[in-house]
Parts: sequence; structure tokens; C-alpha cells
Amino acid sequence: MIAYLVRRILMLVPVFLAVSVVIFSILHFIPGDPIDNLLKIGSSPEARAEMEVRYGLDRPLPVQYGIWLSNVLRGDLGTAIVARRPVADLIAQALPHSLALGGLALLFSTVAGVGLGVIAALNRDRWPDRAIMGGVLLGSTMPSFWLGLILMLVFSVWLGWLPVSGARSWTALVLPVLTIGLGGTALVARITRVSMIEASGRDFVTLLHAKGLSPLRIQLGHVLRHALIPVVTILALRIGWILGGAVTVEVVFARPGLGTLLIKSLSQHDYPVVQACLLMLAMAVMLGTLLGDILQAVMDPRVRAALA
Amino acid sequence: MTALLQLEAVSVAIGTVPLLDGIGLSLERGRILGLVGESGSGKSLTAMAAMGLLPLIGGRVTGGAVRFDGQDIGAMTDAQRRALRGGRIGFVTQNPMTALDPVQRIGEQVDVVSRLHLGLSHRAARARTLELLTRLRIPEAEAVAEAWPHQLSGGMKQRIVIAMALAGEPELIIADEPTTALDVTVQAQIIQILGALVRDRGLALLLITHDMGVVAQVCDRVAVLYAGRLAEEGPVGPIFAAPAHPYTAALIGCIPQDGMAKGALRGIPGAVPSALAFPPGCRFHPRCPRASDLCHRIAPLPTPRAEGRVACHHASPPPEGQP
Repeated sequence: MIAYLVRRILMLVPVFLAVSVVIFSILHFIPGDPIDNLLKIGSSPEARAEMEVRYGLDRPLPVQYGIWLSNVLRGDLGTAIVARRPVADLIAQALPHSLALGGLALLFSTVAGVGLGVIAALNRDRWPDRAIMGGVLLGSTMPSFWLGLILMLVFSVWLGWLPVSGARSWTALVLPVLTIGLGGTALVARITRVSMIEASGRDFVTLLHAKGLSPLRIQLGHVLRHALIPVVTILALRIGWILGGAVTVEVVFARPGLGTLLIKSLSQHDYPVVQACLLMLAMAVMLGTLLGDILQAVMDPRVRAALA
Repeated sequence: MTALLQLEAVSVAIGTVPLLDGIGLSLERGRILGLVGESGSGKSLTAMAAMGLLPLIGGRVTGGAVRFDGQDIGAMTDAQRRALRGGRIGFVTQNPMTALDPVQRIGEQVDVVSRLHLGLSHRAARARTLELLTRLRIPEAEAVAEAWPHQLSGGMKQRIVIAMALAGEPELIIADEPTTALDVTVQAQIIQILGALVRDRGLALLLITHDMGVVAQVCDRVAVLYAGRLAEEGPVGPIFAAPAHPYTAALIGCIPQDGMAKGALRGIPGAVPSALAFPPGCRFHPRCPRASDLCHRIAPLPTPRAEGRVACHHASPPPEGQP
């Protein structure tokens, strides 16, 4: 198991390098650069050249990449060109907001999704199943920015129960969490239902019935355990996805966070900040995958045996 | 002595498709009844009906009654039926490779039966599990109890399944092709274990198999199913000596004999018909060497013959000196 972990983590190294190349280069392919935001209109070419030298933008791209990567590996994310602050500060300010939003959304979609999936599976083809699956279909087809606007309209504007935007109190978290979480809930509910139904048909379930166990105990004690294996894997994969998905939702609800920071610095071509934000999101995806693999080994002794 | 398990003209359907048609069987304590037939003859379905597990596969009893110790299983509550399953009736499945929950340790899977049906504590249940495993000649019982299913061989798993079947002190064991998925050498051991249980503890055993050789070895009586109907039933000795039904004769003819020439292995031409297209009259007539015009039109009913019953218009007459 330990050897597997080490191997699995080492596998992330080439992935990380590839991701860093992509992040670095796509930014520089976008026309325009951060100097445009710093110079007064009508400044001389000399002033511009001097700026480029100051931020190292005059060097060839591969050299710039090398410098950036070696700094990042030493934990130095650089200084924001437009915002004129250490990038690490900006990230440290934004990340907790994004983690709270993403974490709560993940928690919500796990609890609600597994719950609804179990209820649907236990009532297969009866009305609770149909009602839940209908709602799930609706939930999974709505784009999150639109859902966010609708929730805002209903709960903030019409009912006035919750704040429209911002991050001043915990109530401001409710709508963004719901906006992100509902789509995940739909996905988790569908997978839970399907894998419970699939697991119910396995041979060992027949023998559990033959041992005289009650149907509810068989479903919740055995079938659900099996059904959760794919659910957990998918949830772990969604960790990165949820942080990335939070980008639009943060903008819609005008919340501070990684997404807002990313959009703002992207419009200013603030390379170091954009690179750092993208790197954070990519790391979240990579760690999510890693976590998924580890959890699968924890939940299934056969996976552990195959790894040993 | 009254029968422990009695099937009274049981008919079973899955959805709207009738699969078993008026099966009558009876099994007493301390006896082994072999239930034989090709795949698709309704053997496993009979076992599911006897366990009251038909709803699991979308089936139901459409006629007749299954009685355990005189009580109609169909008239019981769900809780009463659950108390029977695993308690008074133990079940051994066809494929031990998939019969155990792959993410639960072996010991816990056996423990639960005695905790549920005998009301034992965790500790007492584990002691009983270890005792059962040891009695089933499983080496290093304590290590096996802590093992995961994928760490055991097929033969070992089948012993675990037998241990689970025994854990609730059953009076009847229903074994659905307990050896089909196992190596030949292991098959013999498992059959031996099951036979010894009946002898030593006075259990009743319903042994479902398609292996007439196994039936000849261990069973007291044998019931032959064909396409959802009973073909012949009676004590093993007389039936093997002089089968009355041509299907029984053909099945016995399939047992390889010592000294048989290479390539002399026999089979029965044709296949069991699908339940969606059972032939009219006697369902065996398309494959039967004795089939006559009568067999095409009218289904033969089981009629007494010697100490058993046979359902055939052209049954062989009993040997000299018997009624």
C-alpha cells in the first residue's frame, strides 16, 4: 500500500510538468500583455521596453518558463504585475472562500445525492423513484450560472430571505452552495441509484437473503457499500471540477475567491496571478484523482490485493 | 413420519411465463433427495420456491403449496419466512466464487447467521464460526475468518458457504449444484461433507445437480425434472437399475463408465425447449425415442410405479416380481 502510494504520487510529477507547460504557454498566446495595463496611453517605446525588462518579459518564452517553474517549485509564485502584490498573498486571500464554497457544495451533493439515490433505488419504478429521477434530470440539465440567477431571483429578490451577493455572513453561502451542489446532487443520485440496482442483482445478495437478513439491512449494510465505491471515485474526481465550476458561480454571486481572482487577472493579462490560479485548479484535479484512487483501495480489499 | 419439506403440485411463473408445472416432491429428515435435470429444467427455480425467494427473481407460486414441517410457506409473514431462511433452512449456492460479499471479512459473513437466528453475542458467534470451520476441515480457521473472500480458493469458499448454511442449526439444507463450479477432486470432498452432515446430524438434504453419478453415490431418492415438469421420482436403487422414463434412462446413459471406449461418451440429442415455446403434450416428445401420436397431444400425469412415480405414456414396465 505504501509502495503504491509512493508510485501513485510519483506519477503526478510528469502530469504536473505537462500541466505547467500548458498553463504557461496558452497565456502567452493571448494577444496583449500586462504592460498595456501599466503604461499610460501615449508612453514612449523606451518606457515600454524598460517595463518589459523589469518584469522579465523581454526574454525568450522558454527561458521565462524555466524561471517561473523553478520559482514555483521553490514555493515562490512571484509578484502580481498589475496588482503589485505577492501572488501568494492574493491566493491566500481568495482560496479559503473557494474552499469553503467548494467543500460545502461537495458535502451537500454527497449527502443529498446519496440520500436521494438510496430512496430511489429502494422504491425502484414506484413514484418516489420517478419523482426523484425526474427532478434529477431537470437538475443535471440546468447550467449553473442560470440556476444561480434563478435562485437569486426567487430567494433574494422575491422572498428576500437570503443576500443577493457578497460574503459578509454565512447566509451568503447558501445560494452559491446550492447552485454548485445541485448539479452534483443530480449526478451522485443517478450513480447511487444505478449502482445499487446493479449490486442488488449480484449472486452474493441472493445468499444474503437466503441467510434470512432483512431486505433493508441487505440494502443499507451490503448493497449500499458496494454502490458507494463508484460514487466515491466520482466525487473525488469532482473535487477539482467543483473548484473550477465555482469560477462562474463566484462571478454570478460577486463572491471573493479563486474564480473572481482568475477572471479579474485574466482581463488584466496579469500572468503570474493567472498562472497561479490555474495551477491551483489543476492541482485540485490531480489531488482529487489521487484521493479517488486511495479511497477506492481503502473501500475495496480486492483493489488493495491487486496493488500489492 | 411427516415430510420436512413438501411441494404439493407447485406451479411457478416469472412474470407471465409459466415455468414450473405441478411439481410434487417430499423430503424427510435424515434423507437426501436428488433433484436432477438439464439446465433449464427448473431445478434452481424449485430451490428458490422452497426457500420462498421467488420474488427476488420476479417469480411467484401460481398453484399448489410449499410446506415446511407442515406449514405453508406461502401463508407465512415475511418475518416468519426470514426466520426459516438461514435458521431452519440452510442454503448452499451454485457458484461459491460469487456467493460471498467481496468487501466483508469471511468470519463476519458466517457470524451473522448465528447472531441472527440463535441470538448469539459477537463473541459466541465467532466461537461457533471457528468451530464450524474447523469441523469442515478448514485449516487455520482463525486466519481464514479474518481473510477476505478473494484470498480463498473455490473449494474453500464453498466450505465457507456450507458453514454459513450450518451456522443457524438448520434442519434442512438446500444445495443448488454445490459442486458445479469446482474442480473434480474438490467436488468429491464437498459431496462427502454434505453426505456426512446428513448421516451425523439427521439433516434433510435437497441436492440439486445435473450429475447422475453424484445422485447414485449419495442420494436416497431422486426426482428427475424435465422442462418444468416432474418426469420420474423414486428410490435411487430401483431407478438406476430400471429407469421407467426414457429421459431418466437417457440421463443415466450419460454417466461415463469404466472401460468405456474413447469417443463412446453419450449425450441426449437436442436441447431442453425454451419456456416460451414448450411443445404440446409431453414436453419430452421431440427428443424421445418412444414418442407416439399420443405423446404429441396429451401430457402424461405422474402415476405411481413401484415405490415412486413416473409421468410417461410409454414407461418401461417394472422389473419382474414388483407391482
